[in-house]
Amino acid sequence: MIVLEWLFLTIAPCDAAEPWQLGSQDAATPMMQGITDLHHDIFFFLILILVFVSRILVRALWHFHYPKNPIPQRIVHGTTIEILRTIFPSIIPMFIAIPSFALLYSMDEVVVDPAITIKAIGHQWYRTYEYSDYNSSDEQSLTFDSYTIPEDDLEFGQSRLLEVDNRVVVPAKTHLRIIVTPADVPHSWAVPSSGVKCDAVPGRLNQISISVQREGVYYGQCSEICGTNHAFTRAPGNIGRLLSPLWLSRTTREASYYSERLEL
Amino acid sequence: MAEIEVELKTAPADFRFPTTNQTRHCFTRYIEFHRCLAAKGEESGACAKFAKYYRSICPGDWVERWNEQRATGTFPGPL
Repeated sequence: MIVLEWLFLTIAPCDAAEPWQLGSQDAATPMMQGITDLHHDIFFFLILILVFVSRILVRALWHFHYPKNPIPQRIVHGTTIEILRTIFPSIIPMFIAIPSFALLYSMDEVVVDPAITIKAIGHQWYRTYEYSDYNSSDEQSLTFDSYTIPEDDLEFGQSRLLEVDNRVVVPAKTHLRIIVTPADVPHSWAVPSSGVKCDAVPGRLNQISISVQREGVYYGQCSEICGTNHAFTRAPGNIGRLLSPLWLSRTTREASYYSERLEL
Repeated sequence: MAEIEVELKTAPADFRFPTTNQTRHCFTRYIEFHRCLAAKGEESGACAKFAKYYRSICPGDWVERWNEQRATGTFPGPL
Protein backbone atom coordinates (compact mmCIF):
# COMPACT_ATOMS: atom_id res chain seq x y z
CA MET A 1 0.00 0.00 0.00
CA ILE A 2 2.80 2.37 0.90
CA VAL A 3 4.44 1.67 -2.41
CA LEU A 4 1.15 2.28 -4.19
CA GLU A 5 0.80 5.55 -2.39
CA TRP A 6 4.28 6.53 -3.40
CA LEU A 7 3.61 5.65 -6.96
CA PHE A 8 0.12 6.90 -7.57
CA LEU A 9 -1.37 8.84 -4.72
CA THR A 10 1.12 11.64 -4.36
CA ILE A 11 0.04 15.22 -4.59
CA ALA A 12 1.29 16.62 -7.84
CA PRO A 13 2.96 19.98 -7.35
CA CYS A 14 2.38 20.67 -11.04
CA ASP A 15 5.66 21.59 -12.61
CA ALA A 16 8.08 20.40 -9.99
CA ALA A 17 9.44 16.93 -9.33
CA GLU A 18 7.21 14.63 -7.27
CA PRO A 19 8.28 11.87 -4.88
CA TRP A 20 8.93 8.62 -6.72
CA GLN A 21 8.27 10.17 -10.03
CA LEU A 22 8.99 7.85 -12.93
CA GLY A 23 8.22 9.88 -16.02
CA SER A 24 8.99 13.38 -17.16
CA GLN A 25 7.25 16.43 -15.88
CA ASP A 26 4.35 17.76 -17.92
CA ALA A 27 5.53 19.53 -21.02
CA ALA A 28 5.21 23.29 -21.07
CA THR A 29 7.01 23.93 -24.34
CA PRO A 30 6.91 22.23 -27.75
CA MET A 31 10.53 21.26 -27.08
CA MET A 32 9.62 19.28 -24.00
CA GLN A 33 6.69 17.74 -25.85
CA GLY A 34 9.14 16.58 -28.49
CA ILE A 35 11.45 15.12 -25.88
CA THR A 36 8.60 13.24 -24.23
CA ASP A 37 7.40 11.92 -27.58
CA LEU A 38 10.88 10.79 -28.51
CA HIS A 39 11.16 9.02 -25.18
CA HIS A 40 7.94 7.14 -25.91
CA ASP A 41 9.07 6.33 -29.46
CA ILE A 42 12.32 4.89 -28.20
CA PHE A 43 10.53 2.97 -25.48
CA PHE A 44 8.51 1.15 -28.13
CA PHE A 45 11.70 -0.30 -29.58
CA LEU A 46 13.23 -0.78 -26.18
CA ILE A 47 10.35 -2.96 -25.01
CA LEU A 48 10.22 -4.79 -28.32
CA ILE A 49 13.90 -5.74 -27.97
CA LEU A 50 13.54 -6.55 -24.30
CA VAL A 51 10.65 -8.95 -24.91
CA PHE A 52 12.31 -10.60 -27.85
CA VAL A 53 15.67 -11.10 -26.18
CA SER A 54 14.11 -12.34 -22.95
CA ARG A 55 12.01 -14.82 -24.89
CA ILE A 56 15.05 -16.24 -26.66
CA LEU A 57 17.01 -16.38 -23.46
CA VAL A 58 14.32 -18.10 -21.41
CA ARG A 59 13.52 -20.47 -24.26
CA ALA A 60 17.16 -21.45 -24.57
CA LEU A 61 17.47 -22.03 -20.84
CA TRP A 62 14.30 -24.06 -20.84
CA HIS A 63 14.90 -26.28 -23.82
CA PHE A 64 18.61 -26.79 -23.46
CA HIS A 65 18.71 -27.48 -19.76
CA TYR A 66 21.29 -30.24 -19.24
CA PRO A 67 19.04 -33.06 -17.88
CA LYS A 68 16.71 -32.59 -20.84
CA ASN A 69 19.36 -32.14 -23.41
CA PRO A 70 22.64 -33.69 -22.35
CA ILE A 71 24.36 -33.46 -25.73
CA PRO A 72 24.66 -29.93 -27.03
CA GLN A 73 23.80 -29.38 -30.65
CA ARG A 74 26.57 -28.27 -32.89
CA ILE A 75 24.97 -25.86 -35.29
CA VAL A 76 27.66 -23.58 -36.65
CA HIS A 77 25.89 -22.08 -39.61
CA GLY A 78 22.45 -20.80 -40.56
CA THR A 79 22.26 -18.35 -43.44
CA THR A 80 18.68 -17.19 -42.95
CA ILE A 81 19.00 -16.41 -39.27
CA GLU A 82 22.30 -14.68 -39.82
CA ILE A 83 20.85 -12.40 -42.47
CA LEU A 84 17.87 -11.59 -40.27
CA ARG A 85 19.87 -10.88 -37.16
CA THR A 86 22.17 -8.59 -39.10
CA ILE A 87 19.52 -6.63 -40.93
CA PHE A 88 17.01 -6.04 -38.15
CA PRO A 89 19.45 -4.64 -35.59
CA SER A 90 20.69 -2.21 -38.20
CA ILE A 91 17.22 -1.05 -39.16
CA ILE A 92 16.05 -0.46 -35.61
CA PRO A 93 18.70 2.18 -34.76
CA MET A 94 17.65 3.99 -37.91
CA PHE A 95 14.09 4.24 -36.66
CA ILE A 96 15.47 5.64 -33.43
CA ALA A 97 17.99 7.96 -35.06
CA ILE A 98 15.65 9.70 -37.47
CA PRO A 99 13.25 11.21 -34.91
CA SER A 100 16.14 11.80 -32.58
CA PHE A 101 18.10 13.92 -35.05
CA ALA A 102 14.96 15.71 -36.17
CA LEU A 103 14.33 16.74 -32.59
CA LEU A 104 17.95 17.62 -31.92
CA TYR A 105 18.23 19.99 -34.86
CA SER A 106 14.81 21.52 -34.36
CA MET A 107 15.75 22.37 -30.78
CA ASP A 108 18.91 24.06 -31.93
CA GLU A 109 17.25 26.12 -34.58
CA VAL A 110 16.13 29.67 -33.99
CA VAL A 111 13.40 30.19 -36.52
CA VAL A 112 11.74 33.38 -35.42
CA ASP A 113 12.99 36.55 -33.84
CA PRO A 114 12.54 36.38 -30.10
CA ALA A 115 10.34 38.93 -28.37
CA ILE A 116 12.18 39.11 -25.09
CA THR A 117 15.72 38.45 -24.02
CA ILE A 118 16.35 37.36 -20.47
CA LYS A 119 19.83 36.94 -19.13
CA ALA A 120 20.25 34.25 -16.50
CA ILE A 121 23.56 34.78 -14.80
CA GLY A 122 24.74 32.09 -12.42
CA HIS A 123 26.50 32.89 -9.17
CA GLN A 124 27.58 30.84 -6.22
CA TRP A 125 24.80 30.22 -5.16
CA TYR A 126 22.03 32.21 -6.64
CA ARG A 127 20.91 33.49 -10.00
CA THR A 128 20.84 37.02 -11.26
CA TYR A 129 18.33 37.81 -13.94
CA GLU A 130 18.58 40.77 -16.23
CA TYR A 131 15.86 42.18 -18.41
CA SER A 132 17.47 44.87 -20.47
CA ASP A 133 15.47 45.19 -23.66
CA TYR A 134 14.20 48.64 -22.74
CA ASN A 135 17.37 50.17 -21.38
CA SER A 136 18.37 53.56 -22.54
CA SER A 137 21.75 53.46 -20.86
CA ASP A 138 24.22 50.80 -19.82
CA GLU A 139 23.33 50.94 -16.14
CA GLN A 140 19.56 50.75 -16.19
CA SER A 141 18.93 47.02 -16.40
CA LEU A 142 16.06 45.55 -14.54
CA THR A 143 18.19 43.20 -12.50
CA PHE A 144 17.31 41.04 -9.56
CA ASP A 145 18.79 38.16 -7.61
CA SER A 146 16.93 34.95 -7.12
CA TYR A 147 17.82 33.00 -3.99
CA THR A 148 16.45 29.70 -2.79
CA ILE A 149 14.26 30.05 0.25
CA PRO A 150 16.07 28.28 3.11
CA GLU A 151 14.35 25.26 4.62
CA ASP A 152 13.50 27.06 7.85
CA ASP A 153 11.74 29.91 6.10
CA LEU A 154 9.43 27.86 3.93
CA GLU A 155 5.75 28.57 4.12
CA PHE A 156 3.16 25.84 4.01
CA GLY A 157 2.84 24.42 0.50
CA GLN A 158 6.18 25.60 -0.76
CA SER A 159 8.56 23.04 -2.14
CA ARG A 160 11.75 22.46 -0.22
CA LEU A 161 14.87 23.59 -2.09
CA LEU A 162 12.77 24.65 -5.05
CA GLU A 163 11.08 27.81 -3.95
CA VAL A 164 12.89 31.08 -4.60
CA ASP A 165 12.41 34.57 -3.29
CA ASN A 166 12.25 36.28 -6.67
CA ARG A 167 10.71 34.46 -9.56
CA VAL A 168 11.46 35.05 -13.19
CA VAL A 169 8.34 36.30 -14.83
CA VAL A 170 7.87 35.75 -18.52
CA PRO A 171 4.90 36.03 -20.85
CA ALA A 172 3.32 32.84 -22.10
CA LYS A 173 3.13 31.95 -25.79
CA THR A 174 5.96 34.30 -26.63
CA HIS A 175 9.32 33.46 -28.08
CA LEU A 176 11.90 33.95 -25.41
CA ARG A 177 15.61 34.13 -25.77
CA ILE A 178 17.41 33.14 -22.64
CA ILE A 179 21.08 33.96 -22.44
CA VAL A 180 22.79 31.73 -19.94
CA THR A 181 26.16 32.59 -18.48
CA PRO A 182 27.81 32.46 -15.06
CA ALA A 183 29.86 35.06 -13.25
CA ASP A 184 32.13 32.62 -11.42
CA VAL A 185 32.18 28.83 -11.94
CA PRO A 186 30.23 26.72 -14.42
CA HIS A 187 26.55 26.43 -13.64
CA SER A 188 23.65 25.05 -15.60
CA TRP A 189 20.23 26.55 -16.04
CA ALA A 190 17.63 23.84 -16.17
CA VAL A 191 13.85 23.85 -16.11
CA PRO A 192 12.63 20.29 -16.72
CA SER A 193 9.08 21.03 -17.80
CA SER A 194 10.29 23.44 -20.44
CA GLY A 195 12.80 20.90 -21.73
CA VAL A 196 15.74 23.17 -21.11
CA LYS A 197 19.08 22.36 -19.61
CA CYS A 198 21.73 24.79 -20.67
CA ASP A 199 25.23 24.84 -19.32
CA ALA A 200 26.53 28.18 -18.18
CA VAL A 201 30.18 28.42 -19.10
CA PRO A 202 32.32 31.30 -17.82
CA GLY A 203 33.12 33.78 -20.56
CA ARG A 204 30.58 32.38 -22.93
CA LEU A 205 26.97 33.23 -23.64
CA ASN A 206 24.71 30.33 -24.40
CA GLN A 207 21.36 30.98 -25.95
CA ILE A 208 18.23 28.95 -25.66
CA SER A 209 14.94 29.72 -27.28
CA ILE A 210 11.76 28.65 -25.61
CA SER A 211 8.12 29.42 -25.92
CA VAL A 212 6.11 28.53 -22.85
CA GLN A 213 2.72 27.30 -23.98
CA ARG A 214 0.74 27.44 -20.77
CA GLU A 215 0.67 29.52 -17.69
CA GLY A 216 2.08 28.16 -14.51
CA VAL A 217 4.96 28.13 -12.10
CA TYR A 218 7.91 26.13 -13.31
CA TYR A 219 10.72 24.91 -11.14
CA GLY A 220 14.29 24.02 -11.93
CA GLN A 221 17.62 23.53 -10.28
CA CYS A 222 21.24 24.03 -11.05
CA SER A 223 22.45 21.04 -13.04
CA GLU A 224 26.17 21.47 -12.88
CA ILE A 225 28.15 20.86 -9.73
CA CYS A 226 29.02 24.41 -8.83
CA GLY A 227 30.35 24.25 -5.30
CA THR A 228 29.43 23.25 -1.77
CA ASN A 229 25.94 24.68 -1.85
CA HIS A 230 25.06 23.14 -5.18
CA ALA A 231 22.65 20.58 -3.91
CA PHE A 232 22.05 20.26 -0.23
CA THR A 233 22.85 22.88 2.31
CA ARG A 234 20.14 25.39 1.64
CA ALA A 235 20.61 26.60 -1.88
CA PRO A 236 20.97 24.46 -4.96
CA GLY A 237 22.99 26.66 -7.26
CA ASN A 238 20.32 28.13 -9.37
CA ILE A 239 16.64 27.92 -9.18
CA GLY A 240 15.30 29.00 -12.47
CA ARG A 241 11.72 29.75 -11.98
CA LEU A 242 9.48 30.70 -14.82
CA LEU A 243 6.14 32.14 -14.02
CA SER A 244 4.02 32.68 -17.02
CA PRO A 245 0.80 34.55 -16.35
CA LEU A 246 1.84 37.58 -18.31
CA TRP A 247 4.45 39.47 -16.32
CA LEU A 248 2.72 38.99 -13.01
CA SER A 249 3.85 40.47 -9.78
CA ARG A 250 6.03 38.78 -7.19
CA THR A 251 9.34 39.83 -8.64
CA THR A 252 11.17 42.85 -7.41
CA ARG A 253 10.11 46.42 -6.95
CA GLU A 254 11.55 47.32 -10.31
CA ALA A 255 9.64 44.49 -11.86
CA SER A 256 6.37 45.67 -10.44
CA TYR A 257 7.23 49.11 -11.74
CA TYR A 258 7.56 47.60 -15.19
CA SER A 259 4.43 45.52 -14.86
CA GLU A 260 2.54 48.68 -13.95
CA ARG A 261 3.85 50.30 -17.06
CA LEU A 262 2.84 47.26 -19.03
CA GLU A 263 -0.70 47.54 -17.70
CA LEU A 264 -1.00 43.92 -16.76
CA MET B 1 -3.08 53.14 -14.36
CA ALA B 2 -1.97 54.96 -17.45
CA GLU B 3 -2.37 53.13 -20.68
CA ILE B 4 1.04 52.69 -22.25
CA GLU B 5 1.54 50.61 -25.34
CA VAL B 6 4.68 48.58 -24.93
CA GLU B 7 5.95 46.64 -27.86
CA LEU B 8 7.82 43.50 -26.95
CA LYS B 9 11.01 43.88 -28.88
CA THR B 10 14.55 42.64 -28.51
CA ALA B 11 17.64 42.04 -30.58
CA PRO B 12 16.61 39.94 -33.59
CA ALA B 13 18.08 36.56 -34.37
CA ASP B 14 21.24 37.20 -36.35
CA PHE B 15 22.14 34.87 -39.18
CA ARG B 16 25.82 35.40 -38.46
CA PHE B 17 25.34 33.70 -35.10
CA PRO B 18 22.95 30.84 -35.66
CA THR B 19 24.29 28.60 -32.91
CA THR B 20 23.77 28.30 -29.19
CA ASN B 21 27.01 30.16 -28.60
CA GLN B 22 26.12 33.86 -28.68
CA THR B 23 29.30 35.23 -27.15
CA ARG B 24 30.45 36.87 -30.35
CA HIS B 25 26.97 38.12 -31.06
CA CYS B 26 27.22 40.25 -27.94
CA PHE B 27 30.78 41.37 -28.64
CA THR B 28 30.08 42.17 -32.29
CA ARG B 29 27.02 44.23 -31.46
CA TYR B 30 29.02 46.16 -28.88
CA ILE B 31 31.74 46.91 -31.40
CA GLU B 32 29.22 47.78 -34.09
CA PHE B 33 27.66 50.32 -31.80
CA HIS B 34 30.93 52.03 -31.00
CA ARG B 35 32.05 51.99 -34.61
CA CYS B 36 28.74 53.51 -35.57
CA LEU B 37 29.23 56.21 -32.93
CA ALA B 38 32.68 56.92 -34.26
CA ALA B 39 31.42 57.16 -37.81
CA LYS B 40 28.18 59.07 -37.36
CA GLY B 41 28.62 60.89 -34.09
CA GLU B 42 26.56 60.77 -30.94
CA GLU B 43 23.77 63.02 -32.18
CA SER B 44 22.62 61.22 -35.28
CA GLY B 45 20.56 58.65 -33.38
CA ALA B 46 21.27 56.06 -36.03
CA CYS B 47 23.25 53.99 -33.57
CA ALA B 48 20.54 53.65 -30.97
CA LYS B 49 19.39 50.33 -32.32
CA PHE B 50 22.86 48.83 -32.00
CA ALA B 51 22.94 49.99 -28.41
CA LYS B 52 19.62 48.25 -27.80
CA TYR B 53 20.93 45.09 -29.37
CA TYR B 54 24.07 44.81 -27.31
CA ARG B 55 22.28 45.78 -24.12
CA SER B 56 19.75 43.03 -24.75
CA ILE B 57 22.36 40.37 -25.29
CA CYS B 58 25.40 41.28 -23.20
CA PRO B 59 25.45 40.79 -19.44
CA GLY B 60 25.68 44.10 -17.59
CA ASP B 61 29.01 43.15 -16.03
CA TRP B 62 30.60 42.60 -19.40
CA VAL B 63 29.47 45.93 -20.75
CA GLU B 64 30.66 47.67 -17.63
CA ARG B 65 34.09 46.07 -17.96
CA TRP B 66 34.36 46.94 -21.64
CA ASN B 67 33.36 50.51 -20.95
CA GLU B 68 36.13 50.74 -18.38
CA GLN B 69 38.59 49.20 -20.81
CA ARG B 70 37.62 51.69 -23.49
CA ALA B 71 38.10 54.51 -21.03
CA THR B 72 41.57 53.31 -20.12
CA GLY B 73 42.46 52.37 -23.68
CA THR B 74 42.86 48.66 -23.04
CA PHE B 75 39.82 47.44 -24.95
CA PRO B 76 40.88 44.36 -26.92
CA GLY B 77 38.50 44.67 -29.84
CA PRO B 78 38.83 46.62 -33.10
CA LEU B 79 37.04 49.91 -32.59
